[in-house]
Amino acid sequence: MSPDPLSSSAVEAQGVEYSYRSRKGGVHKALAGLSFRVASGEVFGFLGPNGGGKTTLFRILATLASPQGGSVRVFGTDLKMPSAVRRQLGVVFQNPSLDIHLTVRENLLHQGHLYGLSGRDLETRIGTALERFGLTERRDQRALELSGGLRRRVEIAKALLHSPRLLLLDEPSTGLDPGARRDLWSTLEGLRGDGVTVLLTTHFMEEGDRCDRLALIDRGALVAEGSPAALKEEIGGDVVTLTGPDPEGLLRDLSARFPDFAPELRDGAVRLERERGHELVARLIEALPGRVDAVTVARPTLEDVFLHRTGRRLYGGES
Amino acid sequence: MAVYTLWKRELVRFFRQPSRIAGAAGSPLIFWVLIGSGLSGSFRLPGGRADLDYLEYFFPGTMVLTLLFAAIFSTISVIEDRNQGFLQGVLVAPVPRAAIAAGKVLGGATLAWLQSVIFLALAPLAGIRLTLSSALAAAGVLAILGVALTAVGFAFAWKVDSVQGFHAVMNLLLVPMWLLSGAFFPPSGAPGWLAAVMKVNPLTYGVAALRWALYGPAEAGTGLPGPAAAIAVTIVAAVVAFGFDLLVMRGSSE
Repeated sequence: MSPDPLSSSAVEAQGVEYSYRSRKGGVHKALAGLSFRVASGEVFGFLGPNGGGKTTLFRILATLASPQGGSVRVFGTDLKMPSAVRRQLGVVFQNPSLDIHLTVRENLLHQGHLYGLSGRDLETRIGTALERFGLTERRDQRALELSGGLRRRVEIAKALLHSPRLLLLDEPSTGLDPGARRDLWSTLEGLRGDGVTVLLTTHFMEEGDRCDRLALIDRGALVAEGSPAALKEEIGGDVVTLTGPDPEGLLRDLSARFPDFAPELRDGAVRLERERGHELVARLIEALPGRVDAVTVARPTLEDVFLHRTGRRLYGGES
Repeated sequence: MAVYTLWKRELVRFFRQPSRIAGAAGSPLIFWVLIGSGLSGSFRLPGGRADLDYLEYFFPGTMVLTLLFAAIFSTISVIEDRNQGFLQGVLVAPVPRAAIAAGKVLGGATLAWLQSVIFLALAPLAGIRLTLSSALAAAGVLAILGVALTAVGFAFAWKVDSVQGFHAVMNLLLVPMWLLSGAFFPPSGAPGWLAAVMKVNPLTYGVAALRWALYGPAEAGTGLPGPAAAIAVTIVAAVVAFGFDLLVMRGSSE
């Protein structure tokens, strides 16, 4: 018997559309018919450049905005009935949602009350959360006095206090130092064991690499969806990049000599995708004497996947 | 539970910010002493008690001013909550919008009420004799009026996105409302058009209710709305203002 397909998917989105109306009367389409599915228990990431629609999507999933077209179901319940969904959600915003004048414990207490928890049950949950996130000694410190990394930990402890089935995080590692980022990820990976589904947005490809599956999003549309390994497989082998004093000329000569390599000019460098790229290095340099300053051979990254699919880079600017 | 926790948070936050306490307690006192003393030589209540000096006349109005300032300050926290991100966490919680409004308004109103009641204890300095019943009646009026003013502040704070904008709107709306409420000067001495504006100003009824509570029917003054009308209008204003809050919140999921 296969499990009921409805119960095994945490989020199902069909053709989600959302537009903002600008003051001048223009319409900016933030989401243009986005469809995706998140399986229960996985860590799913939305990777894309800033301004690509991730935050709008996050706001819709967090019940702060309603899709103008299409539908979203969370554990089978349509988001059109937000009050039925809210109890299942734990939400970690990009901007901190802690009250800086309250202590760590008071913030958690307040959160518990909002989610209908109280009394001994709430005290136990707070105790467990403080323990788990290494915050026990900070319990009576005001949020104001905590570092950014610690505050993010309190945010996550807060979002998990009522044992949600789906944890949403918007750009969770923005503004964190590398140590705090590692800390965050060990927390998120720890949640896999608890059966909590984690859905996050990010514009860091390193973060996309740590997800079970991810969706690449650009200009409000889905670019690709799959596991990081599967997405990278579509790039044939390695990425070879050549730099030199005259990139245009380099591209011209390279195209003439090796037409089937399909080299392209990106960001002032000549780039081609090829299996067994390391074997090409000597040939390329010999074929173009004095024209090449450097050759790099690299395994494809999610950025390469993004570039391959959209013709644009993940971090700023057209190429 | 949600109402309680939001209410309690307002109080805790207030008492953790000493500058807010100082400002809330100090400014009405300064207003009362400076304006009251400055005008007491030139003021005479038309047709009223001959021995009523301006410090005494101005006292109930200052209590309302205390409420007004406190209500404005405490509803600024709505804007802060939004800008600092706290509000979004509340909005995604399984809590009805009405409970959020109730928690914030009751929290702000409680703070406003506490400040005005502390000021009420100074009434004997103004020459107002307090009895237990007059003090309780005044405290009751202040409570209703506190809810009304905080609810008005909340509605604007919900819609305005900056503290500066909020102050601008409040100065444009609430301060003139207070000036024309009989708190500052009685309608009986004002020119006709001004007296007419004062008659339709709901806050006039709140101030009148406070005077009735403090003095009883015998010597509350002239030109005031009757006690029943005063208290009824004040209650209706509080209910309408809170209803307005719910209306403003509805449909704005942000």
